[in-house]
Amino acid sequence: MTHPSLPGQTLYQKLVASHTVAALDEQNVLLFCDLHLMNEYTSPQAFAGLHEAGRGVPVPGQNVAVVSHIIPTHPVRHRIIQDPPSALQASNLKANCDRHHIPLFDTNDPLQGIEHVVAPEHGMVRPGMVIICGDSHTTTYGALGALGFGIGTSEVEHVLATQTLVYRMAKDMRIRVDGRLPLGTTAKDLILMVISRIGAQGARGYAVEFCGSAISALSVEARFTLCNMAVEAGARGALIAPDDKAVDYVLARAPDIAGDLRDRALAHWATLHSDANAVFEVEHRLDASEVAPFVTWGTSPDQAMAINATVPQPASMLDAVQRSSAEQALRYTALGAGQALQGVPVQHVFIGSCTNARIEDLREVVKVVGTRHVAPGVRAMVVPGSGAVKAQAEAEGIAGILQAAGFEWRQPGCSMCLAMNDDVLAPGQRCASTTNRNFEGRQGRGAITHLMSPAMAAAAAVTGYITDVRTLETLHA
Amino acid sequence: MTTRTATPTDNTVLYGHAAVLATPNLDTDQIMPKQFLRGIDKSGLAPGLLYDLRFDSAGQPRPDFVLNQPAYAAVDVLIAGSNYGCGSSREHAVWGMQQYGFKAVVASSFGEIFYSNALNNRLLLAMVPEAEVQAFMHEAAQLSGPLALEIDVQQRLVRSAQHQAGFTLSDRHQRMFLQGLDVIGASLSYAEQINAFAARHWAAQPWLKDVAQVTRERLSALTPR
Repeated sequence: MTHPSLPGQTLYQKLVASHTVAALDEQNVLLFCDLHLMNEYTSPQAFAGLHEAGRGVPVPGQNVAVVSHIIPTHPVRHRIIQDPPSALQASNLKANCDRHHIPLFDTNDPLQGIEHVVAPEHGMVRPGMVIICGDSHTTTYGALGALGFGIGTSEVEHVLATQTLVYRMAKDMRIRVDGRLPLGTTAKDLILMVISRIGAQGARGYAVEFCGSAISALSVEARFTLCNMAVEAGARGALIAPDDKAVDYVLARAPDIAGDLRDRALAHWATLHSDANAVFEVEHRLDASEVAPFVTWGTSPDQAMAINATVPQPASMLDAVQRSSAEQALRYTALGAGQALQGVPVQHVFIGSCTNARIEDLREVVKVVGTRHVAPGVRAMVVPGSGAVKAQAEAEGIAGILQAAGFEWRQPGCSMCLAMNDDVLAPGQRCASTTNRNFEGRQGRGAITHLMSPAMAAAAAVTGYITDVRTLETLHA
Repeated sequence: MTTRTATPTDNTVLYGHAAVLATPNLDTDQIMPKQFLRGIDKSGLAPGLLYDLRFDSAGQPRPDFVLNQPAYAAVDVLIAGSNYGCGSSREHAVWGMQQYGFKAVVASSFGEIFYSNALNNRLLLAMVPEAEVQAFMHEAAQLSGPLALEIDVQQRLVRSAQHQAGFTLSDRHQRMFLQGLDVIGASLSYAEQINAFAARHWAAQPWLKDVAQVTRERLSALTPR
């Protein structure tokens, strides 16, 4: 029972407390994990370690694996991984899953896709869960009120062997966003604005709870985008208290939660919110009406600006480290201080990734494309987030419109977000990208990445340069 | 230079030679690029460490990069900019640093996942205040070779010829570094508590039990594979 004079609990604290098997010391708990997702490149050494130590996987049904990062996305029906080491990673994942009876979405499974798209779209992600994965973008699941965070391979091995993690507790931050997102802006623009304001280290050490009327107004898929990129501000988790939208999203995808179970689940999920008197160590407030289409100009996700602003002047930055970092970024992105991004030509457009490759993202793209065509000299790729997203987009006619417009309609996977497969940019190529990281070399050595929303990427594809989507006539108008 | 010459047989004090990489937010994509992540074991990562910084597009060493200069050939400590190791969770970044020869990194902050990964592999991360990092960097810049550092893990102190700074390291991480704990083994000693917890947890929320397996089986029944 909570004493009335004591501070209440944050949602984050409730989730940690409800998964604590044992307190190990003042900072660390043994945390029970409800769902563990694996991919082909951060799990092999974990399985090898497990086998070396003669350990097993006691609860395989809470684990799932997806071939996602190395998979080629060429538009062929049956996919063959040509690169021998990558093919070995995929076959090794299957062997490990078979050996331990772990469910798998393999290379040619019609539902294969990016792990963070596949898991929630089939109802595996449920409010109140703790979800971990050897991938930093596991923060995505906060959109449904589940605590998700990325782990390394040593911890993957730990989870496989124990279904728990030694977990160092985070601090609490709340970001309240009230008001309405202006026309032509999305959750992607909002999170880029948040990161540019608080910085790439602004949430380091914190679990961030997003709240406010602008957050409530977001669709569940938009919330995935928001929580997905919280890690780019250094966050150790992102959370949104589950509301009717989140509950409806889950129930529509989890037919096993029915009858009496459904009532019990609803009652439990209704408790998943921060108490009114909960204390957050840090609170930020933003006004959604200040959001504009955001685009990165540098090589860190916090080096972002509104499309109608100009590239900052490093010379005017007071902090020496920030200044030299900005100078280095501008050398890499071949942009000048004070210049506009509007009108900067791109050679490539990439629409995909766990941030922005869901059906709503693709619908936004089609609204902008309309009857337009990809500009001459631009290669534009669309890589749906999963087989299910791809099938739905084909059924809705989205794929046909995009192909007629000159976009490549590819098979699902992580693809050019991190360019671990053969979707790699050449040096000097400039890419309008719906992904999450504009790091040096991320999409290919010497390649330049501009992060933006799907609508903005579509606008770049049809004009051939970075352009304010609000200046194009779209189906919104 | 440090006056201490003896090398202790245990690892409570590391005696190292440090190079400086001042760039803040140096992410794990840069520390270990994608093309080196295609193995199923941990080996062969040293060539990939900081690849684009060390080598030009023709694969030739960049002579101006610190680690390529002969005087820095044997460095084993990195003094880095803040938020070192941010971004991707890839533990390959840590394995690669160790295979290259690094034993420790001194910085004011680290990417959160990188931090856990490093300590799980006993790559020592000495978190000192940014002003102290700057002082060490300044001192290193006066030298034509690496900065000699003494990192006392027991006392949580980094010392150079001119400076000394305390660093943050939790008791648990200190113990892991000094004793090399089998973390999984230690957690497995809680097996009974874990099982009891799981039974309670699933009794209260039955929709969480075998959630991946239940979902997979349902989808497989719906979809011809």
